[in-house]
Amino acid sequence: MEKMTSPYKWGMVIDLDRCTGCGACVVACQAENNVGLCDKKEISEGRNMHWLRIERYWVGEYPDVRVRFLPVMCQHCHDAPCEPVCPVYASYHNPDGLNGQVYNRCVGTRYCGNNCPYAVRVFNFYQHEWPKPLDNQLSPDITVRSRGVMEKCSFCIQRIRRAKEEAKGEGRQVRDGEVQPACAQTCPAEAMVFGNLADPRSRVARLSRSPRRFQLLEHLGTHPSVFYLKGGGREHV
Amino acid sequence: MSEFQESHNSNVSHNSHSTPPAKNAAHINDDLLSSLRPPTLRWYLLAFFLGAVVAWGLAAFTYQMMNGMYVTGKNRPVMWGFYITGFVFWVGLSHSGTMVSSILRLSQANWRRPILRAAEAMTVFCITVAGMFPLIHLGRNWTFFYMIPYPNQRGLWPNFRSALLWDMTAITAYIIGSSLFLYLGLLPDLAVARDRTSGWRHTMYGILAMGWRGTSHEWSVYHKASTLMAAMIIPVAVSVHSIVAWDFAVTVVPGWHSTIFPPYFVIGAILSGVAAVITLMITIRKAFHLEEYLTPLHFDNMGKLLLVISLLWSYAYFVEVQTIWYAHEPIEWEVFGFMSGKYTPQLLVMLLGNSLLPITCMCIKRLRRSIGVMLVVSLLVNVGMFIERFLIIVPSLSHKNMPFAWGSYSPSWVEISINIAALAGFALLFTLFAKFFPIMAISDVRELEARKAEVLLGRARVPSIAGEE
Repeated sequence: MEKMTSPYKWGMVIDLDRCTGCGACVVACQAENNVGLCDKKEISEGRNMHWLRIERYWVGEYPDVRVRFLPVMCQHCHDAPCEPVCPVYASYHNPDGLNGQVYNRCVGTRYCGNNCPYAVRVFNFYQHEWPKPLDNQLSPDITVRSRGVMEKCSFCIQRIRRAKEEAKGEGRQVRDGEVQPACAQTCPAEAMVFGNLADPRSRVARLSRSPRRFQLLEHLGTHPSVFYLKGGGREHV
Repeated sequence: MSEFQESHNSNVSHNSHSTPPAKNAAHINDDLLSSLRPPTLRWYLLAFFLGAVVAWGLAAFTYQMMNGMYVTGKNRPVMWGFYITGFVFWVGLSHSGTMVSSILRLSQANWRRPILRAAEAMTVFCITVAGMFPLIHLGRNWTFFYMIPYPNQRGLWPNFRSALLWDMTAITAYIIGSSLFLYLGLLPDLAVARDRTSGWRHTMYGILAMGWRGTSHEWSVYHKASTLMAAMIIPVAVSVHSIVAWDFAVTVVPGWHSTIFPPYFVIGAILSGVAAVITLMITIRKAFHLEEYLTPLHFDNMGKLLLVISLLWSYAYFVEVQTIWYAHEPIEWEVFGFMSGKYTPQLLVMLLGNSLLPITCMCIKRLRRSIGVMLVVSLLVNVGMFIERFLIIVPSLSHKNMPFAWGSYSPSWVEISINIAALAGFALLFTLFAKFFPIMAISDVRELEARKAEVLLGRARVPSIAGEE
């Protein structure tokens, strides 16, 4: 583990009991982060650009079937498989524990995408365009990615930066709940909680200690920053 | 000269066991330099055809660069496909020269001599072709220099933790090393060519021969240098393919993350290399009418080598699959099941070409000495090896850890065109090389003939050169 050089260690808890699979987070993410618009063809080719996807699983046999949802975004691993394989440091670890992606360094080897066990990295196979009124929606805080580069969820790093700058201006640390990514902000069921895991009293840190907690593919030893709270209670299979 | 060839051919066909009589130096020079004669119309047609295929590949590459990677068949999660398959395949082929040439040189197998040059040249051209694939497959090809370590305005040094950087380092070292190896072996032959040509060719060979005169001092330095080079190029070759294997083995992708990969890849590389040398020997033999230099004996020996390597490959493959089967780790087993289910015909062709066919055929002396059988077997080995690379790369990526994100892959016309153009490019480079440089090591062959020649010493006839054999 690297030395902590920052008072922050951003993380997220997703309560699967609360998730309704509505997909609002996916839309919010798309709107916030200048994620490319994909048409039917691109999606059917498996080249959609979503940074966040809702995985849907069926549990049980018909007619006793239940559906379970699993929102998956970049897990911001602390031992991220995508980082050491990049030959040009486009994928790197920042002091806040975020898994950064520097678009203008990326040459497009796609090695990180292969090595990501969660398959959350998306590659710009196409040059994406925003037709006329939609281009007004582009956020000036974020680079519009060209074709040939890899991208992925950044935990809305632009919001984190802004909150940190404001806090610094007032000579304090970022308060719990002061910053949240677009997906967590939008979730109508409040299934997603974002915050500083390094602060043991923050809401996200308390939830991450829940007995219901688990992480995706824990056995790979990637140490993700995203915790899930097991859903389903007694019916869980 | 024609009389000489005829009489000798009949001799070879009658009894290939007995040592053929020594050929004299002038004949050997004439025979082996005959490939340098001005090209015929057929040569031009061949070169033009290969050039056209390469041009088609370049057009496909330009099309991909202008439009984006969507013109390939890649998607999420299968982000590597035919280009990386081609890359690993060509790196494998490039092991022909080093392995065949160095090992046989170091073990002083005299039958190696007519094969050396072709094998060494093949190494250089294969690794050149291989080195282009990682650049073709980049999403932003025009920024490839970001990966080169040099002081730059970006203030960034490349990431040496990445296996891709190891790749680049190893391949660069191998290109340099194998070119030097080829060039060193060419020196005395360039001098022979220099002395027998006029005009611009004379000037070219003169410059390239670097004033070689054939003094005993030069020869002694030459022999030391080539033995040293042969010994040094082997670790480089082994490291190159181990590093290519590490591209896969150091990841967390199921089916890739395996300790046997480096030796398994090296064995696979030698297998495809040896097979490719056999194919090339047959082609050269036919194209330049060198039947009396590439005799069934050579094919017999190469067949034995192929048998050994094929057995080794089968062993390594068995070990890998057996471990997966015994562990029955769910996701690895899923990958294996997907591979054997979706790609059953390919898998069978691979097992047939790499294992069953070479092992059964190469056990039989008559088949080893049959040019037709050798051609079929050696070609099938390389078809099998290409499939093997594909089956390592694509099924693992298709069924990674998250079942929701499973996918599949089929190559697009752009990827297929570029792979075919790579083959044509290799063939073109080799065709040009064979026209401009002696394709058989004249000095080596002559040394062998000189060894065979016997001299009278008193009443006894003894070999002219006291050698190890």
